[in-house]
Amino acid sequence: MRNRGVHFHISRRNDISWRKAWGIRCAVMALAFLLCGLITMAATGLNPIKVYAAMIDGNFGTSRRFWMLLQNMAVLLSISLALVPAFRMRFWNLGGDGQALMGALGAAACMILIGDKVPSFVLILIMAVASIVCGMVWAAIPAWFKAKFGTNETLFTLMMNYVAIQLVAFFVIVWEMPKGSGKIGIINQSTQAGWFPQIGGNKYLLNILIALLITVGVYIYMRYSKQGYELAVVGESGSTARYVGIKIQHVIIRTMMLSGALCGITGLLLVGGTDHTLTTTIVSGRGFTGVMVAWLAKFNPFVMILTTFLLVFLKGGSSEITTIFGLNQSFGDIITGVLLFFILGCDFFLNYTISMSKSGKEAA
Amino acid sequence: MLDFFIRFIPRAVGQGIPLMFGSVGETLTEKSGNLNLGTAGIMYVGGICGVIGAFLYETGTETMNPFLGIAIPLFCCLLGSLLMGLLYCFLTVSLRANQNVTGLAMTTFGVGFGNFFGGSLIKLSGADVPSIALSKSSGFFAAKLPFAERLGWFGKIFLSYSFLAYAAIVIALAASYVINKTRVGLNLRAVGESPATADAAGIDVIRYKYAATCIGAMISGLGGLYYVFDYASGVWSNDAFGDRGWLAIALVIFTIWEPIHSIWASIAFGGLYILHMFIPAGTNLAIKEIYQMAPFLATIFMLILTSIHNKKENQPPASLGLSYFREDR
Repeated sequence: MRNRGVHFHISRRNDISWRKAWGIRCAVMALAFLLCGLITMAATGLNPIKVYAAMIDGNFGTSRRFWMLLQNMAVLLSISLALVPAFRMRFWNLGGDGQALMGALGAAACMILIGDKVPSFVLILIMAVASIVCGMVWAAIPAWFKAKFGTNETLFTLMMNYVAIQLVAFFVIVWEMPKGSGKIGIINQSTQAGWFPQIGGNKYLLNILIALLITVGVYIYMRYSKQGYELAVVGESGSTARYVGIKIQHVIIRTMMLSGALCGITGLLLVGGTDHTLTTTIVSGRGFTGVMVAWLAKFNPFVMILTTFLLVFLKGGSSEITTIFGLNQSFGDIITGVLLFFILGCDFFLNYTISMSKSGKEAA
Repeated sequence: MLDFFIRFIPRAVGQGIPLMFGSVGETLTEKSGNLNLGTAGIMYVGGICGVIGAFLYETGTETMNPFLGIAIPLFCCLLGSLLMGLLYCFLTVSLRANQNVTGLAMTTFGVGFGNFFGGSLIKLSGADVPSIALSKSSGFFAAKLPFAERLGWFGKIFLSYSFLAYAAIVIALAASYVINKTRVGLNLRAVGESPATADAAGIDVIRYKYAATCIGAMISGLGGLYYVFDYASGVWSNDAFGDRGWLAIALVIFTIWEPIHSIWASIAFGGLYILHMFIPAGTNLAIKEIYQMAPFLATIFMLILTSIHNKKENQPPASLGLSYFREDR
């Protein structure tokens, strides 16, 4: 140790009071927002208070915007929840995008192929089954190889995203409407077959209810079910799991199938509930954002509602700013990135303490 | 047949060089035990920083000096990538944040950063040009060996590239040498395998992790620079760089953490990337989309293959992905 008079010593905290932890979190968040405001100011030359006002207006300004906020939250929340069981098992499922996209493909295929043959209610049920199966299969493939050979799941699931994108691109051309346009327009515009029903005149309410249902479901599954416990043991320590007789391969495949199924439902929400069409970009990177949503909330489904809100709010707010100033949409990603860096760094101060000692004699 | 190779190989190399930069940089990073999933973002940042530098220089002066025309974008690119590398290290090494999540956040940030400045640079700088087309700077970067044309097919296949392409190969060879043959490389591998042991042996673990990751990030960033100024002829278009960063990370596994293998593997993957342009599909546009799966399917295939052939000497650094805290031992 060099003798410089002042010494920093870092040590692990045993535990931290609830109040202090949230105090640190809030302080870091405030700092992050301050910095984001400064960046925005530098980019747009606007005073930061107006920036925040514009952000709030972009999310809450009209009732339509507010419903869009809730709707975006529902989609992001459901895909993030889908990733929770896998992450708890330390299985890095970066394939949320691809699994949701396959779910969307399944749902869209049903709408296009049998849209006019069965009543809408039955159609929605078939769509649900199709998207769940599609998402499940897409997740089960990397899981099987991981269980069997220990194949690197991070990159495998990631590559499955791109395969899914190309597959969807293929079907978009096959089913293009009108011919030669290179895209699928709104599916079943006249009959609205396969569109989610409106509840009380609001077309996004069903999506939001489903997302809440998944939240509660995942919470119960992770907290109270035997399967949820098993996958947590596998995640914590493979040898412990083997010792107590948990079939690890079985758990990996089962958990990933659940994860993929929930991602598939997200695809269903996108096609049946909101977009009523199929594009290669329909999921728009939410699978990645979901990783961060889940991580920031420490995999707690109810805290995830908060982190989802945070990220969707930022996205909506920055898109409002970029429209006002004619800037590029990606501004939101920069702001999101900065905020994430702060939150990631924040964990350190929750887990460790830094103490200073003035005299360097002891260490030297 | 030769005609086909003359058309195919230079394009495959053009696609392969960014992958080579990316995978060599990432290999160096991973050798220190840092799994930097932010490489995709770093390559975007490297590219756009070069673009910003060149843009300011091109719009700022009347007569361009070829040396500065290369040096300014190169410096900006290296600086931007270095800052990204430092950020990653600060979060994961000093603050011990989770490496995967930090990497993803860096990718979000980096891709957003690239697309934002790519889309808004003209508006922000108030210049009166319609789009970012840095043809002059690109001309300096893409300058080829003068005698390549005169050597027939040999010249076209082996000598028709710009200096950055050869630099990629030199860097890969140099990285391989440093990692496997020098004292520094030995220490670096020790840090990646077992930081606690390395620490006990008197190696400065933190410094090695920082240095390897930052140098790795700078090398990766060059991939973005090469893509914009050589492959895309100085035209920045948003999201054009695409998923190459992720392929580069996958290549690290394929090359079993040996930069020297990256040379041929990158070019082979570059070939897969453009294969769909060379398969006649007639009017069936849909089937072209299926052909475009090639690089991703090949990646999956090789991931499976390397995991089945699970040899003791072909393993990732043992501490890959884990943060090190001296007092946790």
